[in-house]
Amino acid sequence: MIYRESGQFKTSYRADQAILPIFQDKIAMILLMIFAFVVIPVIANDYWLGSILIPFLALSLAALGLNVLTGYAGQLSLGTAAFMAVGAFAAYNLQVRVPEVPFLIAFLWGGLCAAGVGILFGLPSLRIKGFYLAVATLAAQFFIEWLFTHFDWFTNYSSSGVITALPMELFGFSIDNPLSKYILVLSVVVLCAFGVRNLVRSEIGRAWMAVRDMDIAAEAIGINLMKTKLLAFAVSSFLCGISGALFAYVYLGSVEPEAFNIMRSFQILFMIVIGGLGSVSGAFLGAGFIILTPIVLNNIGVLFGGTISTDTVAHIEHMIFGALIIFFLIVEPNGLARLWQIGKEKLRLWPFPY
Amino acid sequence: MKINKRISTLISFFILFFVSISFAGEHFVPITSYRTGVYGISGAPAANGFVDYLKMINARDGGVGGVKLAWEECETAYQQDRFVECYERLKHRGEAGATVFQPLGTGLTYAVLDRLADDKIPLITMGYGRTDASDGRVFPWVFPLMVNYWSLSTAKIKYIASLEGGVENLKGLKIANVFHDSAYGKETRDILNKQAEHYDFEVKGFPVAHPGIDQKATWLNVRRYKPDYVILRGWGVMNQTSLKEAARAQISPTKIIGVTWACSELDTIPAGKAAIGYTCASIINPGTHYKVFQDIVKHVHDAGNATGPLKELEGQQLYRAGVLMGVMTVEAISKATEKFGNKPMSGEEVRWGIENLDMTDERLEKMGIKDFIPNFAITCANHEGNAPVKFQRWNGESFEPASDWIETDQTLVRPLIEKSAASYASEKNITLGCG
Repeated sequence: MIYRESGQFKTSYRADQAILPIFQDKIAMILLMIFAFVVIPVIANDYWLGSILIPFLALSLAALGLNVLTGYAGQLSLGTAAFMAVGAFAAYNLQVRVPEVPFLIAFLWGGLCAAGVGILFGLPSLRIKGFYLAVATLAAQFFIEWLFTHFDWFTNYSSSGVITALPMELFGFSIDNPLSKYILVLSVVVLCAFGVRNLVRSEIGRAWMAVRDMDIAAEAIGINLMKTKLLAFAVSSFLCGISGALFAYVYLGSVEPEAFNIMRSFQILFMIVIGGLGSVSGAFLGAGFIILTPIVLNNIGVLFGGTISTDTVAHIEHMIFGALIIFFLIVEPNGLARLWQIGKEKLRLWPFPY
Repeated sequence: MKINKRISTLISFFILFFVSISFAGEHFVPITSYRTGVYGISGAPAANGFVDYLKMINARDGGVGGVKLAWEECETAYQQDRFVECYERLKHRGEAGATVFQPLGTGLTYAVLDRLADDKIPLITMGYGRTDASDGRVFPWVFPLMVNYWSLSTAKIKYIASLEGGVENLKGLKIANVFHDSAYGKETRDILNKQAEHYDFEVKGFPVAHPGIDQKATWLNVRRYKPDYVILRGWGVMNQTSLKEAARAQISPTKIIGVTWACSELDTIPAGKAAIGYTCASIINPGTHYKVFQDIVKHVHDAGNATGPLKELEGQQLYRAGVLMGVMTVEAISKATEKFGNKPMSGEEVRWGIENLDMTDERLEKMGIKDFIPNFAITCANHEGNAPVKFQRWNGESFEPASDWIETDQTLVRPLIEKSAASYASEKNITLGCG
């Protein structure tokens, strides 16, 4: 009843093609933005901002990047963490070698470098598909981790092979407390999310989906496969690179390449599988599920006041988490985003579903 | 009605969840341990020792200065991001906030290094962590107590020299450095090269990828190199694998010298015969005949309140290292209460306590750890204390001392630390402390 579109007439093409065509969605989005930018900074404490929301947002961006590649363009990738690492290390190296560069430019450079590397490792996608491509991107994962571990130039000859984020400053404001960091990450992520949302509605996005659904048919109707696939790799890696830079600079502060290992790639792949392939909101829902569930479970264990040892809590956490993944995949194989969509459809018809 | 009930349970659940457990009027000790994951096998006994010691202090002395100790454990799984989450979760617990963190991992240390000054919480990294943090003028909040990685490395070379009959005989030796390919493993590459230059021997690094289960190729390369000695710089499951693979590559365990983190029964017992004669460096003396362990048995184990099994106390170096982590925490808190009075200590006050640690014989005797660890003292500029190192040999059943306490070579290490710390200070715009 509250969610009814009757009476909303589209009188121009512009209105019909708006990013959120339904009035209620627009309101909801505005409310969500107000909530994220105004309400959360007011109510959340440093722990929530600094160690839950920031990694959640940073990894959502990586999931969004992978979703562009896997969800929209249909190219399976297991090298997400490697592209994140490229972003983090490229941003760091630019800032170390050219100290005048502001950090946002460095982040952009990190994204561009990751995009370049992404294109390079995307080349096999022109010949191979599916699981074989996954193996090829796995090579990117191992190669890049090895590269950053073994060539000290990338860590500026740090004796322990660790890079440390340089101080961040924007228009005279020093970004050093959880609140300013949160606002920074949120702004970047919102910007990227709207960018992707627009991109997938454009000609490029439609070409990606055509390639995903059947590449031969896509080629037959005149889509340039090479351009489309490599662009998907570039955009995806760009987002992952920015995400990696955020994860390293804003969340951890100091990282060793080990933080971007194969487990991180799997984690992000699970995010989009759980969240929903081929949807922007899916990346966020999946990241929320994968990051928040373990922390919530872990905190619940603590509520029992030390009667359960932490290793038992950690193991129970793994078990419940695994069970939840299986549960969601059985109930809705298309992910949380699809559940949300079904809920929306039901709400539109409610209370007269017939 | 049904829905209302559900909502109310949900709300009460969330209230429970957000109201953190408060520890009023207690010193709060955050314990960030790892009992799961690849390194859980090494992390669990250390955490047990730590907790058991705190329990013993509460039972025997009623806390420190009449104020009980409270603690909460948080599982990090030896991962940077989870450790950061644990750190943020625990830093404001307790009446005066967290006293001191001990991450038990070098990569973990790096992850929170830049947060300490803002939060005013000190970090003890006993025998690990960032080496140049020994320069207290640049790193006022970090304490690599006793022996840092570089100092340890000089003691190792000295020990090799003593086996060879003098430093002059180091000339022309070939030493292989088999290291865990992480921040932890890499930390000694530079100092080894420096010493190689200084004493005119040859050193070659052999990295082992995390977690170190597959080392066949590495040890074939080591064998091809024909080293006179092998330095084993591993952690967790890597160590026992190294010893087994070394035996397969026909490298005698007597030629292998492990670092402090490759020096536990968890490494030698699974390796069986391949470990007999293996030597490793340690900051503690072997054995459980010290008073502190008798007290733990009496007040914690006999009271049926122990976290770890008794056989861990009797047969695990890492359990005893965990006890030592507890000892340092409690000693720092008690030093702080001497100055600031008997109330729950804050991180800032405990930092003063650590900086003024002075482990004299008298003090060690009082704590029941005389001869268990050597004497050392912390100052504002020197956050390490330059404790000597003891080498231990595995005889198939237990570790036995293989050397006296060997002093580290600070004439070599300290200038390097100061140089490295100075470059960090200029990168981060830190003004040097300590007057």
